[in-house]
Amino acid sequence: MPVAARARWVLAAATSVVLVATGCSSGGGGSSSSDTSKTFSYQSSEPQNPLQPANSNETGGGRIIENLFKGLVDYDPSTAKLRNQVADKIDTSDSQTFTVTLKDGWKFHDGTPVHAKNFVDAWNWGATTSNNQINSSWFSDIEGYKDVHPASGQPVTDKMSGLTVTDDLHFTIKLTNKVSYFEYKLGYIAFSPLPDAFFKDPAGFGQKPVGNGPYQFVSWSHNQEVVTKTFPDYQGVDKPKNGGVIFKMYNTSEAAYADLQSNNLDVMDQVPPSALATYKNDLGDRAVDAPQGGIQNIGFTLYQADWSSPDKAKVRQGLSMAIDRDTITKTVLQGSRKPASAWVAEGVEGYKAGACGDFCNFDPAKAKALITEGGGVPGNKVTITYNADGGHKEWVDAVCNSIRQSTGVDCTGDPKPDFKTARTLISQHQLNGIFRTGWVQDYPLNANFLADIYRTGAASNDTGYSNPQFDQLSKQADEAASVEATVTGYQQAEAVLPSGMPAIPLWYYRTNSGYSTKVQNVKFDSFGNPAWTQVEVKG
Amino acid sequence: MGSYVLRRVLQMIPVFFGTTLLIFLMVYTLPGDPVSALFGQKAADPAVVASIKHKYYLDQPIWKQYLHYMGNLFQGDFGTSFTGRPVSDIMADAFPVTIRLALLAFAFEIVFGLCLGLLSGLRRGSVRDTLVLLLTLLVISIPVFVLAYIAQTIFATNLGWVTPTVQDSTDLSQLILPAIVLGSLSLAFVARLTRTSIGENLRADYMRTAVAKGLPRRTIISRHLLRNSLIPVVTFLGTDLGALMGGAIVTEGIFNVQGVGNVLYRAINQKEGPTVVGIVTVLVIVYLVASLLVDLLYAVLDPRIRYA
Repeated sequence: MPVAARARWVLAAATSVVLVATGCSSGGGGSSSSDTSKTFSYQSSEPQNPLQPANSNETGGGRIIENLFKGLVDYDPSTAKLRNQVADKIDTSDSQTFTVTLKDGWKFHDGTPVHAKNFVDAWNWGATTSNNQINSSWFSDIEGYKDVHPASGQPVTDKMSGLTVTDDLHFTIKLTNKVSYFEYKLGYIAFSPLPDAFFKDPAGFGQKPVGNGPYQFVSWSHNQEVVTKTFPDYQGVDKPKNGGVIFKMYNTSEAAYADLQSNNLDVMDQVPPSALATYKNDLGDRAVDAPQGGIQNIGFTLYQADWSSPDKAKVRQGLSMAIDRDTITKTVLQGSRKPASAWVAEGVEGYKAGACGDFCNFDPAKAKALITEGGGVPGNKVTITYNADGGHKEWVDAVCNSIRQSTGVDCTGDPKPDFKTARTLISQHQLNGIFRTGWVQDYPLNANFLADIYRTGAASNDTGYSNPQFDQLSKQADEAASVEATVTGYQQAEAVLPSGMPAIPLWYYRTNSGYSTKVQNVKFDSFGNPAWTQVEVKG
Repeated sequence: MGSYVLRRVLQMIPVFFGTTLLIFLMVYTLPGDPVSALFGQKAADPAVVASIKHKYYLDQPIWKQYLHYMGNLFQGDFGTSFTGRPVSDIMADAFPVTIRLALLAFAFEIVFGLCLGLLSGLRRGSVRDTLVLLLTLLVISIPVFVLAYIAQTIFATNLGWVTPTVQDSTDLSQLILPAIVLGSLSLAFVARLTRTSIGENLRADYMRTAVAKGLPRRTIISRHLLRNSLIPVVTFLGTDLGALMGGAIVTEGIFNVQGVGNVLYRAINQKEGPTVVGIVTVLVIVYLVASLLVDLLYAVLDPRIRYA
C-alpha cells in the first residue's frame, strides 16, 4: 500500500480523536503523567435497544447508559460494596418503607436539577406496561406495581402508589414485601433518574439521551461509535480522570483484539477465545485477569418425571462429582474460568467458598456410588442442551466426556442453533435432561444468585426447583433488619441447595482483557467493566 | 430489443414477490421468539412481551404480517428495528459502505483478472501461464477468512502500513485492503475464465481471417479476440456483483467494516425481521438488475445474439 494511503489512515484516526477532545491541551509529559482532557476508546457493540435506562439489559447499551446516568447508589469498582451517589442517605426502620434523601446540587446534562420527582417519574414510566420497557420487572417490589403493570391487559394507572415525593430532595419508597437489600437493587441502571425533557419525546431521547452521569452524550454514529465527553458539573464521588469514553462498535472480538495490539483501541471487553492462550504474552503487564460476578451452571429439568423423585438428588450429586472442573478449566477453557465450589460467584458479597461441599469435588468412585444409590440415570443416558452460538460446545463435550469416563453414563451434547431457541425451550420447560445455564450478577449480593434462581416460582427459576425450606430461609433473609443479616440468611439458604442439587455449579467467569499503551490505571470490576472514570490517558 | 427489455422487467415482478415471500416466511417462522430473546438470560415478562409483539405486529397470523409488511413497503416504509430506528435509515447507512467495498473489489477483479487472464491465455503453456495458474489455484483453495487474517497480519501487524481494522468505513482509501481480499477469489475465477475463453477463440476462424487480413495485433486482440472472449466472463461478473454485496459478511467482520454484511449478520442473529427482509429485498433487486444488465450486454458484445 502506498505511503499516501497510510498517511490518510493515520490522519483519519487522529482527527476522530481530536474532534472529540475539544480544547485538548498538550500535556507533553513522560509516560506516567496523564492528561485529564483526553478520551479513550472502548470495545463495544451496537446497542440492541434505544438508550433508555429501563430498556437496556444487554452489555452494548447497558454500559453506555451506565456512564451517561447515575442513580441513587452504585457499587465501588474495587470492593463491589454499595456506595451513595445521588442519594445522601437511604433510611428504613422496617425494610419495607425507605426514605430517600438526595444530595443537593446534582444536575442533568441539560442543566436542570436532579430532584426527587425525576426518580419517581422515571420509575413510574419504566414500570408501566404500555411503555414496553424490558427492565420493568425491576420495579415489581414497589407497592402499586400491579396497577401499572398487570399480568395481562392495560394498566389502570401510570403511577405506583408506593412512591411519594415529599419535597425536591426527599421521597419515600414503600414495598409490597420486606426486602432488606432493596438498596442493592437501586444500583441497577433501570433506577436512573430522567430529566423532564425525556417525557416529551421518549423515542427521540432514546437516540440522544440526556443523563446526570460522569459522561455526557455527544453523538451516536450507528454501528460505528457512541462518543461521550466528561460532564464538568458531575457531582459523583468518582470524578472522571479522563476526557470521555468513545464506544467503538466491533463485529468480532478478533477485530477488536487486532486493533488493541496496534493501539487503535484502548480498552477491550474480553479477548477472543483464539487469543486466550497468548494474550498474556502479547500484552505483558497490560493483560488483565480479574474475577467476575458470573457463574456457569448446568441445570436439571426437575419438572420432568425422570428427575422429579427425591432419590434423584443423589444422581444429580453423583453427576456433579463426575465432572473434573480443574482439568476442564485449565485445558479446554484455557484458564479463563475458575472452578466453582458454590452457587454464588466469587467476589460477590456473601460468597462462601465450599458451599457445595464435597459434591463439587471430582471423585469418580463416589460419583458412581451416588448414581447407583439414586437409582441411576434414566436409560443410563443424559443430554446437555446448550446454544451453539455461544462457544459452549467445547466445554459441554468435555463435561460429557468426564461424566462418561468416570461413571459410564452415556452423555451427549444437544446443541440448539442459537441462544433464543435454547432459551425458549428452557423457559417453557420443554426439555428433559440437563441444560446449560448461567447467571451474571445484576448486583453484587448473594441474594441475586439464590432468590432469583432457586425460589419457588422465581422468574428465572428454569429448573422448576421448589424447596419449602429454601423458600422459608430466603423469606427470613429478605425480612432481616440489615443487609449483613440478609447475607448470612442467604448463606443459610444456600446450604440447603446441596441436598437437592437443582443445578451443578461448574465455574466462575473471569475478565480476560487488556489495554493499549496509551492508557493506564485500568481496573476491572466484578461486572467485567473497567472503572471507567479512573482510566488515565497518558499525556 | 425494446420488447425484450420490457419482458425482462416484467419477469422481475414475480421473482421479486416470490423471493420476498420466501425470505419473509423463512425469517418469521424460524424457531425461537425474538421478543423473548431481548430479555437475555432473565425470564421474559409476559406483559411486556405481549405489548412489544403488538407494537411490531408480531401477534398477527403470518399471512397478515406479510400483507402488512408489503403494504408498508409500497408506501416506502421498511418498518422499524428493535433499536427504534427506521430500517430505511439503517440501510441508508450500511448500503453506501458495502456498495463502495463491492465496487472496489469489482474494479480490482475486472482489471487484474482480465489482465492476468489475457497474459496467460495468449501464451498457453508458457512460464507466465503456469505462474498465473498456480497463483489463482492458491487463491481459490484458501478460504476468504484465512486470506483476510493473512493480509491483516502482514500489512497491519508486521508492516504497519494500515490499521488492522477499518477506522472509518466511509473512507474509500481504508477500504482498499478489505476490497482486495473480498475480490481475490472472484479475481482468480475471472482470470481462469478469461484464459480458457481466449485460448479457445485464438483458434477460431475469424481470428485466422483477421490475422490474414494483416490487421494490427492490437486491433485483433481488443476488437476481435477480447470482445468475443468476454461473454462468459461478463456472465460471471454480473452475478458476482450481487454475490460481492451479500457475501461481504466475513470480510466486513474481520476488518470491522460497518456495511450490509455486518448489519445483516446481527439482524439474523437477533431475528430482527424487518431489517433482514428489508436488506435482502434490496439485495434481490441488485441481483435482478445486474443479471438484466448482463443480458443486455450480450447483445452489445455479440450482435449475433438476437432476442426475438
